[in-house]
Amino acid sequence: MFLEILINAVATGLLLGSIYAALALGLAVTFGILHIPNIAHPVFVVLGAYLAVVANERGWDPILAALAGALPFYLLGALFYEFYARVFERRGEADTMQALTLFFGVSLVVETALVLKFGTNQQTVDVDYVGQSLRIGLLVMPYRLLVPALVAPVMILTLWAYLKFTYAGIAIRAAAHDVRALQVSGVDPHWIKRHAFGIASVTALVAGAILVIIGPVDPFSGRLQIGRAFAVVILAGMGAVPGTILAAFIIGVAESLVSAFLNPSWSPGVAFLILLATLALKPQGLFGASR
Amino acid sequence: MKRQDVAFAAGAIVVLLMGFGAVHAVANPYFFFAGYVIVQYVVLATAWNILGGYAGYINFGPAALYGAGVYTSALLLKAFGAPLVVNIVAAGLVGMVLGLMMGYLTLRVQGVYFAIATIALVIMLETVVHNIEYLGGARGLALIAPEPPAWAVGRTQFVFLVLLAIAVMSVALARWIERSWIGRGLRALRASEEAAECAGVATLRLKLAACAVSGALLAVAGAPYIYYASYIDPGSAFSLTLGLNTIAMPLIGGTRSWAGPVIGALLLASVQQAATVTISSELNVLMVGLALIVFIAAAPDGLIGLAERLRRKMHA
Repeated sequence: MFLEILINAVATGLLLGSIYAALALGLAVTFGILHIPNIAHPVFVVLGAYLAVVANERGWDPILAALAGALPFYLLGALFYEFYARVFERRGEADTMQALTLFFGVSLVVETALVLKFGTNQQTVDVDYVGQSLRIGLLVMPYRLLVPALVAPVMILTLWAYLKFTYAGIAIRAAAHDVRALQVSGVDPHWIKRHAFGIASVTALVAGAILVIIGPVDPFSGRLQIGRAFAVVILAGMGAVPGTILAAFIIGVAESLVSAFLNPSWSPGVAFLILLATLALKPQGLFGASR
Repeated sequence: MKRQDVAFAAGAIVVLLMGFGAVHAVANPYFFFAGYVIVQYVVLATAWNILGGYAGYINFGPAALYGAGVYTSALLLKAFGAPLVVNIVAAGLVGMVLGLMMGYLTLRVQGVYFAIATIALVIMLETVVHNIEYLGGARGLALIAPEPPAWAVGRTQFVFLVLLAIAVMSVALARWIERSWIGRGLRALRASEEAAECAGVATLRLKLAACAVSGALLAVAGAPYIYYASYIDPGSAFSLTLGLNTIAMPLIGGTRSWAGPVIGALLLASVQQAATVTISSELNVLMVGLALIVFIAAAPDGLIGLAERLRRKMHA
């Protein structure tokens, strides 16, 4: 009995962790690499979830809908960065407090817009595989979790390869290190950051689509995810994109174990406890360079 | 005392007397019901600004300290039937300890990391309260507050007056900090922590002091709440909207001086109180969000900064 609970708790934790990695991936780009604390990222995830809901009502699969919506979301993210840059970077300094407040304001506006359009009701999607489970011996894995959990590693691998091997990807990483050197080699850092925000926004859309497969989403679902997403990025270490998945696994398994053996009502605190512990004991994270 | 100080002290006494007079002159208790919320925001915004404005350390979790104050007070009332004064002092002490813990955190983390760590504090405290059966857990806790003294007319009026006194003292404290060596040190620290350290400013001690005072005042703001509402739950004590408003108000008013948070709080909270009667609460939040974006984009130094810029333009 104990073994069964343990195995299933760990498995659920890994599945959840994989999903958290997807949620945090965009933040790993904007915050981890570019050092822009985009606390509006989770609200973009929720926006993506709503897009999946609307498409699902017309008979689309949420994940397919997310892929179809990639281009508009890329443009939305780019536009969002453009706005941020107009406000701050042209002014010369990006004051952390003002940047955070701006992102906070944007989250509120998007949340409220969703409330006004769709109400505060929880939204769900209807797909064939929800409600069924995969059983291997003692292990029970609902497809509701398994399918989304398989999407995240694909996303991370794609993004990692993009950052590692393409010209634009290398330029994004370079923008974090030395903007002037980037300019000298003939790349517009403004363009490259806008591009990175566009990519981050697409990952938010996909993450939103899988979030709404796991469970119902309402306009305020992003709030709980803010801490989780930052916990993942900080535990992984700034700029460590592949490390994101491992950090997310740690948090997912920890939450799931607490939920199974202690009480589910304690689990929201777990990610934050890990976050605080990381900040206090090892601020550079597991895989990040020291800062 | 300088002339400005005399003027400030006179102003403070006038505010208190006006509050006392209004309690006896205005019969409708709704006026004080709404007034309580506005004055509460004056305390919160002023308290937040001591750390956020003067020292430049953004506390994104003022609701954690406020909620700690609310629950400390409720716990003492439930367990011992403690009088309000005791509760306020106890809440202040709890807030101070939490603030000091936050202060030690600044040793390791700065800037964005500090802001995120403070968000973590809210969720963790909320989770803890959720799991304490004695405090009502997620269901919340209903308590009947003791009868108010006769001079205060009614219960709502009584807590309103108590909070008004707290607000006046908070603003006076913030003003004193701003004008003393502590304020100068904090300003240096905000401009550049390394440079301040090199110039011999005791940065750690100042940060700890700012965190402790700010934390204590944020918690004190929550202490009378159980007397005001008779019912508390984790959702309202650790409310995100409350945290948001607390940050928005100094930013809208101006973070450089004590007057900024007061102006921001009076303005935003009054508009919100009027707005909750006339428009939906969603539009209310939308309004705050838009105001934040507009102020950050167009008037980063708040209304006070805007006024100064206009004055300079007129003279030039």
